[in-house]
Amino acid sequence: MVEESGGVTTGAPTIPAFTRDQELTAFRDMLLIRRFEEKAGQLYGMGVIGGFCHLYIGQEAVVIGVKMAARDGDQFTTSYRDHGHMLASGMEPKRVMAELAGKRGGYSKGKGGSMHMFSRTANFYGGHGIVGAPAPIGAGVAFANAYRGDGRVSLTFFGEGASNQGQVYEAFNMAALWKLPVVFIVENNRYAMGTEISRASAQIDLSKRGAAFAIPGKQIDGMDVRIVKAAADEAIEWCRNGNGPYLIEAQTYRYRGHSMSDPAKYRSKEEVQKMRADHDPIEQVRMRLIADGVSEDELKKIDANARKIVSDAADFAMADKEPDPAELWTDVLA
Amino acid sequence: MTVNVLMPALSPTMEQGKLAKWLKSEGDAVKAGDVIAEIETDKATMEVEAVDEGVLARILVPGGTENVAVNTPIAVIAEEGESVADTADHAPIKRVGEEDKSQKQAEAVPPAPGQTAPQDQPGDANRAQTKAAVEAATPAPKATSVAEQPSKSVAPEVPEGTTMVSMTMREALRDAMAEEMRRDPAVFVIGEEVAEYQGAYKVTQGLLQEFGAKRVVDTPITEYGFAGVGVGAAFAGLRPIVEFMTFNFSMQAIDHIVNSAAKTLYMSGGQINCPIVFRGPNGAAARVAAQHSQDYTAWYAQVPGLIVIAPSNASDAKGLLKAAIRNDNPVVFLENEILYGKTSEVPALEDFVLPIGKARIARPGKDVTLVSFSIGMTYALRAADELAREGIEAEVIDLRTLRPMDMATVIDSVKKTGRCVAIEEGWPQCGVSAEIAMRVQLEAFDYLDAPVLRVTGKDTPMPYAANLEKLALPSVAEVVAAAKAVMYR
Ligand SMILES: Cc1ncc(C[n+]2csc(CCOP(=O)(O)OP(=O)(O)O)c2C)c(N)n1
Ligand SMILES: [Mg+2]
Repeated sequence: MVEESGGVTTGAPTIPAFTRDQELTAFRDMLLIRRFEEKAGQLYGMGVIGGFCHLYIGQEAVVIGVKMAARDGDQFTTSYRDHGHMLASGMEPKRVMAELAGKRGGYSKGKGGSMHMFSRTANFYGGHGIVGAPAPIGAGVAFANAYRGDGRVSLTFFGEGASNQGQVYEAFNMAALWKLPVVFIVENNRYAMGTEISRASAQIDLSKRGAAFAIPGKQIDGMDVRIVKAAADEAIEWCRNGNGPYLIEAQTYRYRGHSMSDPAKYRSKEEVQKMRADHDPIEQVRMRLIADGVSEDELKKIDANARKIVSDAADFAMADKEPDPAELWTDVLA
Repeated sequence: MTVNVLMPALSPTMEQGKLAKWLKSEGDAVKAGDVIAEIETDKATMEVEAVDEGVLARILVPGGTENVAVNTPIAVIAEEGESVADTADHAPIKRVGEEDKSQKQAEAVPPAPGQTAPQDQPGDANRAQTKAAVEAATPAPKATSVAEQPSKSVAPEVPEGTTMVSMTMREALRDAMAEEMRRDPAVFVIGEEVAEYQGAYKVTQGLLQEFGAKRVVDTPITEYGFAGVGVGAAFAGLRPIVEFMTFNFSMQAIDHIVNSAAKTLYMSGGQINCPIVFRGPNGAAARVAAQHSQDYTAWYAQVPGLIVIAPSNASDAKGLLKAAIRNDNPVVFLENEILYGKTSEVPALEDFVLPIGKARIARPGKDVTLVSFSIGMTYALRAADELAREGIEAEVIDLRTLRPMDMATVIDSVKKTGRCVAIEEGWPQCGVSAEIAMRVQLEAFDYLDAPVLRVTGKDTPMPYAANLEKLALPSVAEVVAAAKAVMYR
């Protein structure tokens, strides 16, 4: 992974340290996402979840690092690989799982599914199935923040594949022109379905993609939650101080297939194995905690707790009822 | 405690697959996330990962087994410390392959998720006259096959005695493109994942290998951009086939389809034509929710300057796609994901091209005319079967081309039957069936014995939940009820 490179601005070359509490928070929150996604994959295989289901396994440090830098009230917007972002926003695992199962207790009453969940109370603005859509929508959320002058920052995530969409640059231009408080976080997991980044992007240093609009950009190792948190701190402060948008390219990796059906012929098993073995975001934190004297037992307890939350969520989702048939006709207009 | 590892589903439509191979053996320790086996379908390969720690105690389905039903237990994982022997009679399942082959895993097929009891639907003004169309005992429409169509219905377009070959619509579309690419070096394919990945739905399988990267072009995820690039190339004399991964994403490109492709011949006073095909799957797939389940037939069928085609079977798909590629106008060619895997008979002719703008009588009848296209034909044909059991002979017309629309065939039929029902998955307001009803009342008013009815997708975005999705789509029962309603039965 590239640690630091020729983005538009330069950042601290040393890796900022976490306190033990911060390490424990990062460990717990990333592990919850990991266990949740493993369960979701399992429920998909059982037919409890249908349609498209895009897992976030491997990328946990990106959303958790940003979350740790965010303040209450800051908003999250992302695309369809969204379960991790919902959990990071504080949405309830059991209601997210119920939505995945298409049940009435889900965040969208079962009508949205994996790709389409929202929570006004958790400041989570989706959950969008169309690649690139989060960029202008997140800029629009930032427009409302600037309009009200409420000091909130819009945290807007999309993939490196999405970063080739024209609407992303339309959003960049407007965000820079109007100095909107939005951090654009490109989750560069190197693949858009089966397309490796260099087969689709003429400029693969994505942190430079805002340069034409004078948007500061930074390319970071998105597998290290400390680095993500530090970059997000800087970006969020920049936005909160009224300087306009900021662009972070977080280099990361997805371990699983794009969705559940994926021929997996576009990359080698060794590549996946190597990322898992050498760069796993959760394992990195675990090793540091152990080195710091935290006992295996304590970490196992955290894991057991995450598993419990997730299995309770799955039980809730499976026991919950399908939506009432009358729901077909509700919520079409406000 | 032991845990059964079940045969997973790779996709919403998968019912069975091949257990390609085991990567772990009985007795091996496994951790959560370890890949323990590989499974395959015609579309994809997937790794099965262990979800818990333990020991792979028993393999119930050996590597290489074909047609393993989704949710069949394929292995047993025992917790650490538990001996393998303890689990020997844990699962009351015999090892597949040890038993009578003819039994296979058929019994193990669980009910498809979400196939629950039918419910009445409130608020559907459309169906006011069709009374309560209860879906009792109606199998999910998606499971129906267009292969049931009598193959003689294509006969008039195919010389007597032609050999027919069975193929899927996916293969037919691929062959159509390959044949046209061999015939004309100006034809090329462009879109997301069309080359190296072999097509998101495997429709372009093998094209890169045969024609090379110059003629089979992978793009970034930039629909608006590559649709425009296609239009420019067509203006300049090439013949692009632009694949949209699904037509849902053509909404980003619709400006170039309508403003650039459809209007330029007119705006240039006949100088610049645009020989381009925009193709890909259109409409609802299964459980992919509102943003990925939309039918654009009515949208494109409204635009002067476009030709719009939506085939319902492999033979029409092949003959019409070849015609579309040769046509000098922009063609919107609407396929359907659910139909890709359906097999039907295709004439084994060297150059099988069908006429654009001609409907097909898929089933002759005298009592009521059912008009549809694409996947709508599955409802129409099954409804005709059911009606026949009650002594009603429905004539079923497959429009095949939506623009220009072959109303002559429809009008001739309605003059004979005096009754008409139009069927589509799209939304009702300003839909294709609204157009059919309008033209029938205009051109055959004196022959009608009842108002024209329509059966459409419901007037809502597509919900994700299985029960709601089923309600949102048309059903065979609704078609039957509408046909009886126009017959006052
Ligand atoms: C406009 C549009 N085109 C195509 C698709 C189909 N599609 C869904 S995800 C995807 C790949 C996106 O890759 P990336 O942006 O890198 O995100 P990742 O899946 O890696 O998280 C594609 C092509 C879509 N959803 N929207
Ligand atoms: Mg990606």
